[in-house]
Amino acid sequence: MALARPTSGPMIETRDLRRTFRSRKSEVEAVRGVDLSVGTGEIFGFLGPNGAGKTTTLRMLATLLTPTAGEATVAAADLRREPQQVRERIGYVPQGGSTDPAETGRGELVIQGRLYGMNKADAQARAAEVLAALDLEAAADRTTSTYSGGMKRRLDVGLGIVHKPSVLFLDEPTTGLDPQARARMWDEIRLLRAGGTTVFLTTHYLEEADALADRLAIIDQGKIVAEGTADELKRQVAGDVVTLVVNGSTEQVLETVRRQPFVREATGEEGIVRLYVDRGETAVPQLLRILDGAGLEAASIALTRPSLDDVFLRQTGRSLRDEAAA
Amino acid sequence: MKTIRDTWLIFRRSLVLTIRQPVWIVMGMMVPVLYLVLFGPLLEGATQAAGTGTNAFNWFVPGLIIQIAIFGTAFGGFGLIAELRNGVVERMRVTPISRVSMLLGRSLRDVVILMVQATIMIVLAIPFGLEIEPGSIAAVLGLLVLIGLAVAPLSYAGGLTLKSEDAFAPVVNAIALPLLLLSGILLPMALAPDWLQFLSTINPLTHAVDAARALFNGDWGNPDIALGVTISAIFAVFAVWVGSRAFSRAVA
Repeated sequence: MALARPTSGPMIETRDLRRTFRSRKSEVEAVRGVDLSVGTGEIFGFLGPNGAGKTTTLRMLATLLTPTAGEATVAAADLRREPQQVRERIGYVPQGGSTDPAETGRGELVIQGRLYGMNKADAQARAAEVLAALDLEAAADRTTSTYSGGMKRRLDVGLGIVHKPSVLFLDEPTTGLDPQARARMWDEIRLLRAGGTTVFLTTHYLEEADALADRLAIIDQGKIVAEGTADELKRQVAGDVVTLVVNGSTEQVLETVRRQPFVREATGEEGIVRLYVDRGETAVPQLLRILDGAGLEAASIALTRPSLDDVFLRQTGRSLRDEAAA
Repeated sequence: MKTIRDTWLIFRRSLVLTIRQPVWIVMGMMVPVLYLVLFGPLLEGATQAAGTGTNAFNWFVPGLIIQIAIFGTAFGGFGLIAELRNGVVERMRVTPISRVSMLLGRSLRDVVILMVQATIMIVLAIPFGLEIEPGSIAAVLGLLVLIGLAVAPLSYAGGLTLKSEDAFAPVVNAIALPLLLLSGILLPMALAPDWLQFLSTINPLTHAVDAARALFNGDWGNPDIALGVTISAIFAVFAVWVGSRAFSRAVA
């Protein structure tokens, strides 16, 4: 299918997107003014605790919910005025699965292709292609009720990409998957990006946002609290931590490193020196050179970074890990 | 054109998935078949007493078929709730297909299943004494298309609104059972007291049953036919409109 793909500029842009749910007694502001810009060809992670407004935002961008206020452009189509064009250009993989237990994997893919306007032969050819790409060929003609959790999830993704969308929305793609299936899903998502698809995914897993997303936004209580690459966000929090295990005098090492301008702070005892630096990846080689030059020796050197949890903690005063566990 | 194509796609998918679990088609016929075998033979005296002027099974089987039509299609929303839960409805709502086709495809599936069930019922009733011409069977099936389209979309709208089988089943029973009882499918309404006869006359389903009985007997000049068909057609148009609106609105 030859769909117009925007070649430059953002794939998704939102301005003050809002959604309020009204029931008889109460009014819940699920999304309270979200401004986002997702670049073409990137994996954008939307991180936040359960109930933060991630899924509501995603469902608005996928045309399933009408925004209460605000504007958005998705794949060069206006969300409010051209929902049909948006639907043609996006794929959407919902959180709780999207397949009928009585249908086969191939059957689901073929009907999905047909619903996107393909003729029978094209839909069948594309289904075979997707089954091969997602390694589901052996199970293609079994009903989805026989699939494992990881296989079902891969099929869900397959249904989202049958029509080669410009942008794929994934709602919590790895929730409930075992570590192996999760790693596999990450690989599939990276392959999609390599093929030119923009991926917008929500997650409440710090590791997932960190490992997978080129850029990410952290949402809490319906508002974006931070946006950038994982490294940028972490750098805002504090420096990196370099831990040296020293052969010889701890004092001597401490004295030497404290003189360096890029070291914010250093502490040490019993052969272990901890340094706080702005940029760990450039500090480590410098440190090695300096120690070498001073005739000192490090038995090991380790760089640890603040996690996205530290970012969330600083922005909201709460820990995302506690939220996820709660 | 696009709506027709999309409706056809949804119809075919729904039908194939239903046929894969034929147990439900059979289950839907269980109660009417029990009525046919275990209750029908009792009616010989009652239909004569009420002066229906036909043999018991020509009077009773049209009512049983309407019963299949109401209960069979009224539970279409039941299956839709399962599709809501497994995410299929949401997945299709994100595709560019026409919203009306999501309703029409499923409703037409129900109509086809209903026509198969009705045909089986008629064939089963012949050994008991039902007398029917092929032309009458065709005409009854035509009436069933209208009745199916009058009930199934409302059932889907109900399923989309209630979103839970536990809430849906009692609501369907609370609506369908009184409508069926008042339509005089079990015993002739001529035997009823005045107030019950009055309620029966204002029940639209009564007129569908009367029309079905006239069609069964090949009583083509009977005004019940025109009345029953007109009422069923009006309800079908109304139901498709309500059901389409339910599908177009966002599923929260």
